[in-house]
Amino acid sequence: MSLPFQVVVLWSDALFFGLITAVVMLGMCTRRQAPLRQSWARVASDKVAMVSATILAAFLFVGVLDSLHYRAQLDAVPGQAVAQKINYAVEVNSLLDVLLAPLRLHPEKTYSAPLATHLFSKEPLPGSIERGFPRLAWGGGHLGKALEHRTIDIVQRSALGAAGGLLLWLMLVSAMRLRFNRHNHVIDSAEKIPNGTQSAGAGNAARKTSRRAASHAAMLTLLVLFLIMGITMALGSGYHVLGTDKVGQDVLYLSLKSIRTGLLIGTLTTLVMLPMAVLLGILAGYLGGWVDDVIQYLYTTLNSIPGVLLIAAAVLMMQVVIDTHPDWFATSAERADARLLALCLILGMTSWTGLARLLRGETLKLRELEFVQAARAFGVSHFAIMQRHILPNLMHIVLIALVMDFSGLVLAEAVLSYVGVGVDPATISFGTMINAARMELARDPMVWWSLAAAFTFMFILVLAANLLTDAVRDAFDPRTAA
Amino acid sequence: MYQCTNASPSRGGSVYFAPMLAYIIRRLLYAVPILLGVNLITFVLFFVVNSPDDMARMQLGIKRVTPEAIQKWKAERGYDQPLIWNATAVGSAGMAHLTETVFFNKSMRMFAGDFGRADDGRDIASEIKHRAWPSLAIAVPTFILGLGVAIAFALLLVFFRATRLDFFGVVLCVAMMSISGLFYIIGGQWLVAKVWHWVPISGYATGLTAAKFLVLPVFIGVIAGLGASARWYRTIFLEEITRDYVRTARAKGASESAVLFRHVLRNAMIPILTGVVAVIPTLFMGSLLTESFFGIPGLGSYTIEAINAQDFAVVRAMVFIGSVLYILGLLATDISYTLADPRVSLK
Repeated sequence: MSLPFQVVVLWSDALFFGLITAVVMLGMCTRRQAPLRQSWARVASDKVAMVSATILAAFLFVGVLDSLHYRAQLDAVPGQAVAQKINYAVEVNSLLDVLLAPLRLHPEKTYSAPLATHLFSKEPLPGSIERGFPRLAWGGGHLGKALEHRTIDIVQRSALGAAGGLLLWLMLVSAMRLRFNRHNHVIDSAEKIPNGTQSAGAGNAARKTSRRAASHAAMLTLLVLFLIMGITMALGSGYHVLGTDKVGQDVLYLSLKSIRTGLLIGTLTTLVMLPMAVLLGILAGYLGGWVDDVIQYLYTTLNSIPGVLLIAAAVLMMQVVIDTHPDWFATSAERADARLLALCLILGMTSWTGLARLLRGETLKLRELEFVQAARAFGVSHFAIMQRHILPNLMHIVLIALVMDFSGLVLAEAVLSYVGVGVDPATISFGTMINAARMELARDPMVWWSLAAAFTFMFILVLAANLLTDAVRDAFDPRTAA
Repeated sequence: MYQCTNASPSRGGSVYFAPMLAYIIRRLLYAVPILLGVNLITFVLFFVVNSPDDMARMQLGIKRVTPEAIQKWKAERGYDQPLIWNATAVGSAGMAHLTETVFFNKSMRMFAGDFGRADDGRDIASEIKHRAWPSLAIAVPTFILGLGVAIAFALLLVFFRATRLDFFGVVLCVAMMSISGLFYIIGGQWLVAKVWHWVPISGYATGLTAAKFLVLPVFIGVIAGLGASARWYRTIFLEEITRDYVRTARAKGASESAVLFRHVLRNAMIPILTGVVAVIPTLFMGSLLTESFFGIPGLGSYTIEAINAQDFAVVRAMVFIGSVLYILGLLATDISYTLADPRVSLK
């Protein structure tokens, strides 16, 4: 069997997919527990939360597409027709790269404005001594000499793209409606029997209406996303929709590639810190005594080092390790990947302390409650008590902390990359984009599109995460949950 | 560390301050093992994960470096001793085994305020002394103004709670929280300094002329922090407004503004102040981003320059100072509890 490509599973891909599987499995588990299901139902009947969740799902989709990596097979060299060994390209690409091939493979010479047909800066024109704005190689190249048709062309393409997006959305909605209706029917017939009292029926009806409104909002968000996607795709096949950066790379491509980096840092970091925070927090709170002293000392010490400096110191050190061992990594993608993972590890090491302290405090309270005392009186082992009686009662804190950390980490990545201790400079991320474009507003005339794209994408991602966090906290925090 | 007691309100001054002094001294003694731990962590990061040889190779260029050059580089910077245990040292009572090491000379000396020299040969301690002032000139006004604006905004939202204004105010807060700090700086510089030409884009001067350089960074600092802190203070106020004493005040016929300003604000200041006090000592450290964008010669930009130049001695010194300031902040928090809330007494 010879595939025309070699599948590459980077470490971060494996961890990312592992994390997604774990979350899905956790979700299946919570379906069986009534209180948790009720909390999630509260989230699902919140309009803002559903809109944010839809947007986050779109970001996640891009991230997943960008995590399926492969190395293309190189064409056999004519002279070596009998060579048995198949050579693969050094470059590691992802599925997203394939989908965005028109954007990726048509770089310009330097800056060009969004949807432009000419370069942004004056250069000596070929075949003449005058300086002017040369035509772009890709942007509007299909127009040929008929530049006056550009506006019409853009409108036509947008309309076509919007129509395509609408069509796709309609298909999706009707497919979902078919499924949803059947599902709804089953629920209705199931709920008719136990509902004896009038008030419970009324409450259910109210919940159902708010849930329906929330799902309608999510559908509308989906429509907007589909329209944007359709229009961008239609325009992207002939123009650089968000312009090009200093070395002529398409800004839209860079922005979409940055999403994976942001998602990875936001999620893998929590994967690192979670076991440590939960284990140490519960141990300190439950066992007390010298264990508590040691763990408290550990996190006070770690906490007292200024976060950015600890990260900077650790990243500088890691840099030296990676630079002195160039033979560890086969491709530059693997090296960048190792550095990304190391950054997640370091961020995780510095950020577990807050959650651990919260969990310790909560465990101290839980330890004295009657059910734990009873379990102890029955002779249940310490480990079993911690696992069966303490941990489930801490899950809402863990969940809230996880969702809250995500947006902070996405923002932190940009700052760290700007300071120079973030991801590998070869990794495309919001931070590296902003860092590369930091001087562009000072140019005259200024170049605004790289910065605007990076900040807008980051803002939407973080805002959606923050709004979802609020809803999740309201639903799961026992103090606010009704 | 602190405990609620029903202490009688008529405590004399000496009765009050003697336990406080003892408490402070004990807390400062607690700080010593923590600082030792910090030192150990930074030491492991800087010297064990990467031996001085690796650092020398890094500084001198990875390839084409002779062992002699590495030895010379290490000797110049005092890295040529054993890391943590000097078996060959001869000295009084065996202490030389510990003192003639990199760990003692580079890490332990920081307790005495001896930070050594930066890679460019300048004394780090005096550099820090000089650079603390510009950092403070930015950080202190940002801190005070930021606190005031955030509290005022939160009070406004609470005054109009459960109305449209409150809702949109909270949405605005969440939106402001979601914007990258870099955007505030880059966008603010572009709008205020480049388009409107109100202030210079970056730079610093001493004396009163510094004001025109400080306005923009302070303003941006206040705006950037507003969303998160105003939302946080709003929840504190809302928690306070459900208390019994508020109901009593309303029952007496106090107006809504009187309730807010005379009762809620004062009581909410306890959690706000104690939360904020921890930050005050760290104001010395300056802000990495603001200082580097605005070209202010403070400690923040010093740190960034050191990180970019991979000057390990400076980064080490800044880590140590940051930890000391953090521990002072914790101490100040506990003391401010007792000063603000008479129900809390130090143990």
